[in-house]
Amino acid sequence: MKQYETFEHEADIGIRGYGDTPEEAFANAAKAMYSVMVELDRVEQKQFRGVNVSADDREQLLVEWLNALLAVSDIERMVFSRFEVRIEGNRLAGTAWGEQLDRARHQANVEVKGATYHLLSVREQDGRYVVQCVVDV
Amino acid sequence: MYERRDQGRSMDPRTLNKLSEHLWEIPRTGDMKVPGRIFASEKLISDMDEKVREQVVNVACLPGIQVASMAMPDAHWGYGFPIGGVAAFDPDEGGIISMGGVGFDISCGVRTMKTGMMKEEVLPRLEVLVDQFYARVPAGVGSEGLIKMNAAQIDEMLVGGAEWAVKRGYGVKEDLAYIEEQGRVDGADPSRVSDTAKKRQYREMGTLGSGNHYLEVQVVDELYDEKAAQAMGLRMDAVVISIHCGSRGLGHQIGTDYLRSLADAARRFKLPIKDRELASAPITSPEGRAYFGAMSAGINCALANRQIITHLVREIFTEVCPEGRVTMLYDISHNTCKVETHSIKGKKKRLFVHRKGATRAFGPGQIDLPREYRHVGQPVLIGGTMGTASYILTGTEEGMETAFGSACHGAGRAMSRTQAKRQWHGRDIVRSLAAQGIMVRGHSYSGIAEEAPESYKDVTEVVDAAHRANLARKVARVRPLACVKG
Repeated sequence: MKQYETFEHEADIGIRGYGDTPEEAFANAAKAMYSVMVELDRVEQKQFRGVNVSADDREQLLVEWLNALLAVSDIERMVFSRFEVRIEGNRLAGTAWGEQLDRARHQANVEVKGATYHLLSVREQDGRYVVQCVVDV
Repeated sequence: MYERRDQGRSMDPRTLNKLSEHLWEIPRTGDMKVPGRIFASEKLISDMDEKVREQVVNVACLPGIQVASMAMPDAHWGYGFPIGGVAAFDPDEGGIISMGGVGFDISCGVRTMKTGMMKEEVLPRLEVLVDQFYARVPAGVGSEGLIKMNAAQIDEMLVGGAEWAVKRGYGVKEDLAYIEEQGRVDGADPSRVSDTAKKRQYREMGTLGSGNHYLEVQVVDELYDEKAAQAMGLRMDAVVISIHCGSRGLGHQIGTDYLRSLADAARRFKLPIKDRELASAPITSPEGRAYFGAMSAGINCALANRQIITHLVREIFTEVCPEGRVTMLYDISHNTCKVETHSIKGKKKRLFVHRKGATRAFGPGQIDLPREYRHVGQPVLIGGTMGTASYILTGTEEGMETAFGSACHGAGRAMSRTQAKRQWHGRDIVRSLAAQGIMVRGHSYSGIAEEAPESYKDVTEVVDAAHRANLARKVARVRPLACVKG
């Protein structure tokens, strides 16, 4: 089963996560976002960081989750490759595992500036959850 | 609710009112407060995504908008505003300020410097020069600047902009005259910038970034307007250096923070907003004022950032070419909202002009311009791709009337990044550009593939459309000799 993918967009790039639960789909969306920046399978899971966000609806919660991760990455110079998410109502508690960025080893590609509301959706499709948005690069 | 699927459908010029060869109107219908206006050739319109029209129309529905919702010749599908979108709002008519009209990379822009040297003099040392730039100008994902900042210094920088950088020894006072607003905008309020945003900048001052950001060594290879070229000190075969970069992590975080707070405010103020990405609040509301204060601080951050890089460029260039002298040509920003006075139907009005992926292009006579440019108009720097060319134009009087003194900002993408990466490999692009005499150094081969020259629209066509629409007049074309990519 597909976990995540990126999709085309004229100037930027779309990211999409799949899962049997919204939590799994949110975690996979984060994988999709980091796959834009680095080679995910080269990122070792040496340390973890937690983030907590809240929002008015599920769509905004996805954007908040992704943007909270970007802020941690930027401030701490870290990249992540494994994620776990718990959602209760409009709140999300997430954990991300990764390590310090090593540009050569991780084959760093491009920075993501932010997750946007563009083509943003959280939906159920054939019993699976599909969540997505466009990220600004 | 926000899902949209029909990407890729192109606009049909026959569905627009043709006002002139290079100006097309979307008539006012439904909730539109003003018409939409697209400055472009028929061919460019035919290549534009239908979504550009939808976004121009959505902006036209925002409260307090003046004259028209505009799109420049390089317009493409953005989030909220189209990229290449220009719109001005009057605070006295309930006008709004929108994060979607500025974007994440606040005050991203182009700065061009003269070197005082000719192509023949620089060519023998070009490889050393570009290798030094590549090694010493921090660029790429996760790069760190040479200066480490703390919270107090960040606040000073957010108020002082490029002027702050010069005071700290990065560059000279003469540089400041050649930056919009002399290197610092008023209205910056560091208390409206989150701690997260400030922390993201601790290690990022003086970095180029990645993606379409670059440092290029360029040569003037065509001149179109002798008088303006002379005013700018440009002649055939002269070598110039251009940088394209923005406000880094701090700007991105301001975008992130206010995307949320303005989207919430739009709902609370019950603004008639068609699209959540237009995240807006009335200019005079607390949320609107907070965003203006933070966004202006973001502009100053971008100006300080480019100033620090200028200092590095100068240091490196004069080490390699001691007989050269690096002086400013001009610095323009293309993701901003600025307070400007424009005449509307003979009446002077103070407006909040949003330019998202569009540059200011003030015509001759503007007091803000350095003395030697005042009779020719403001230099407009339009970045092309690493394989083609960039252009230097000047703003026009007519553009002041028709487009709030605005022009396009670059070529605009024709192909998605994913598609570009599928089609080309970075190594092959570097090799083929080398064969054309363009040295490319990149921090990421896949990043270079995404920036393949063929994945952009033809910059010449975009520039010609701006010229023919009389938004800005062509002065010179510059061709890259070497390019450092983030």
